[in-house]
Amino acid sequence: MSAPAPGMYSPAAAATAARLGLKLGRPNLEAFADALLALARADRKVFAVTSDSRGSGKLGPFGQALPAQIVEVGIAEQNLVGIAAGLAAAGKTVFAVSPACFLTARALEQIKNDVAYSDQPVVLVGISAGVSYGALGSTHHSLHDFAALRAIPNLAVLAPADNWETAAAVRAAATARRPMYLRFGKAPVYDLPAAAPFAIGPARLVRPGTDVAFLATGETVVPALLAAAELEARDGLQCRVLSFPTIKPLDTAAVTQAAQDCRAVITVEEHLVNGGLGEACAAVLAQAGLARRFRIVGLPDEETVTGSQADIFRHYGLTMEGLAQTARALLDRPAAGPP
Amino acid sequence: MPTDRELALKSLHYRRRLLQAIKHAGAGHTGGSLSCVDILNVLYNRILRISPATAADPGRDRYLQSKGHSVEALYTVLADRGFFPDAELDTLCRYRSRLVGHPTRHVPGIEQNTGALGHGLAVGVGLALAAQRDQADFRVFVLLGDGELAEGSNWEAAMAAAHYRLDHLTAIVDRNTLQITGRTRDVLDSEPLGAKFAAFGWAVREVDGHDLAALTAALSAPLAAGRPGAVLARTVKGRGVSFMEDNPRWHHAVPDDAEFARALQELDTAIAALEGTPP
Repeated sequence: MSAPAPGMYSPAAAATAARLGLKLGRPNLEAFADALLALARADRKVFAVTSDSRGSGKLGPFGQALPAQIVEVGIAEQNLVGIAAGLAAAGKTVFAVSPACFLTARALEQIKNDVAYSDQPVVLVGISAGVSYGALGSTHHSLHDFAALRAIPNLAVLAPADNWETAAAVRAAATARRPMYLRFGKAPVYDLPAAAPFAIGPARLVRPGTDVAFLATGETVVPALLAAAELEARDGLQCRVLSFPTIKPLDTAAVTQAAQDCRAVITVEEHLVNGGLGEACAAVLAQAGLARRFRIVGLPDEETVTGSQADIFRHYGLTMEGLAQTARALLDRPAAGPP
Repeated sequence: MPTDRELALKSLHYRRRLLQAIKHAGAGHTGGSLSCVDILNVLYNRILRISPATAADPGRDRYLQSKGHSVEALYTVLADRGFFPDAELDTLCRYRSRLVGHPTRHVPGIEQNTGALGHGLAVGVGLALAAQRDQADFRVFVLLGDGELAEGSNWEAAMAAAHYRLDHLTAIVDRNTLQITGRTRDVLDSEPLGAKFAAFGWAVREVDGHDLAALTAALSAPLAAGRPGAVLARTVKGRGVSFMEDNPRWHHAVPDDAEFARALQELDTAIAALEGTPP
């Protein structure tokens, strides 16, 4: 078991996790690399393509074990995606692995044309997504990727929450034979309690409730779950937590059901508040005529504060404490005092 | 295998047919289609191991038209080769037609959607890498424009092709020296193009891109063992219609009725001359 990333969870959040019986897992990045290697060992058609990202993608063991199934293209993300499309066109099951920040901005036209429009079944894997690179700055952040890729037809967008969802997403992506984007971070995450089975599309119910619904994706599902537990313990609120490992196509039924059942809806994502899960859910609710107290929690449309991923999460309220406070404010409840 | 004379006649008929399709659609990339149609003629009638019957065969040769805007030439040749009915050419760019103004996989025989420039060569590298890893013997051909080579992604792909020694990959440059704004050398000079490809590790051959025999010789086999091949085809934009030749206005101009009649007359005269009957 890895140690917690320094400061990713406050002592109170870690205590809540312990009370819920959550175990700290590994980085989703490692769960991805292991799942991909297992798939590739069993199927020679499974290929990894990297852009000098073998180390950062934890694909060193893959390269050593299966050199005929890995292609290195150097620091050239456009080429990464174009070559991946060509390999897929020749029948390979291709995972193109590169930091999400470069993959989804530098190679956006290749993603749009060579993969999605051409319907080549490439799995685009955005590693170290969101603000995983923390203090390295905005060149290395991918806070635009959901928005940019949601606007491209014929491309599924996935952000698994924990190690289990990540491995399941990798296996599902390999058999789906459709253009797909999969993104995750590199900090250790708590394993979610066993929940619904995984499929591309459906949201997964992590915790039932009817007061506030947290609709979260990727590594922000865990802090949403911790916030729900905190709100039950301190405020007596029953909060629903849904993990959206798939952002596109969106499980619109889960979104409308949450709004029908709950008094307030809060979306949570490691992404700009523009164009991500939150705005997707807002559009669903507005078009369904469901007016609820509603907040999008993500990073605001501003230059991101300098700091580690943990610092940035704390600054923008993507933590147990921040999300619980957002819920209280949304329900016009007083802020919590000391426990 | 068609004879040189049969192939030359095909080139004239292809020019006639693609002009008809463009005139009918009221849209198209006239000049570039006329500059590359001889290359396509040689590829599809002499080089490529593909046919409608083998269009899904994993071992088929692959052709990618990175300069996707010259799609009218490609559609015309594919129709002639039986990939879809000739009459469908008159649906070019029409509402709900599968003949979009740039190549798509909705059209039988087309391998990849192209049209944004600088994309085809990397996809070709991926296909060629797959062939290499599988020890398959299919060849991959990518048609590029000379103006297109300003897109830096081409040179990423060129580096990778040489790094992986993809000798069954052939890039053909339709080097008509014009682009939409004017002379390529004035817009952004790509010369010395042969030296550039050579410096990137490619085998290079320069040919007359309207000489069907020379094209056949250059494309019949990989240029060199262990190196990708670049065939730099000197062409004339608008080739075959006197008033369209070497004039950037015809990049995507559509002939008016009088121009269209005159163009067909010129081509019919050439066809008649080649057939040995007076016009």
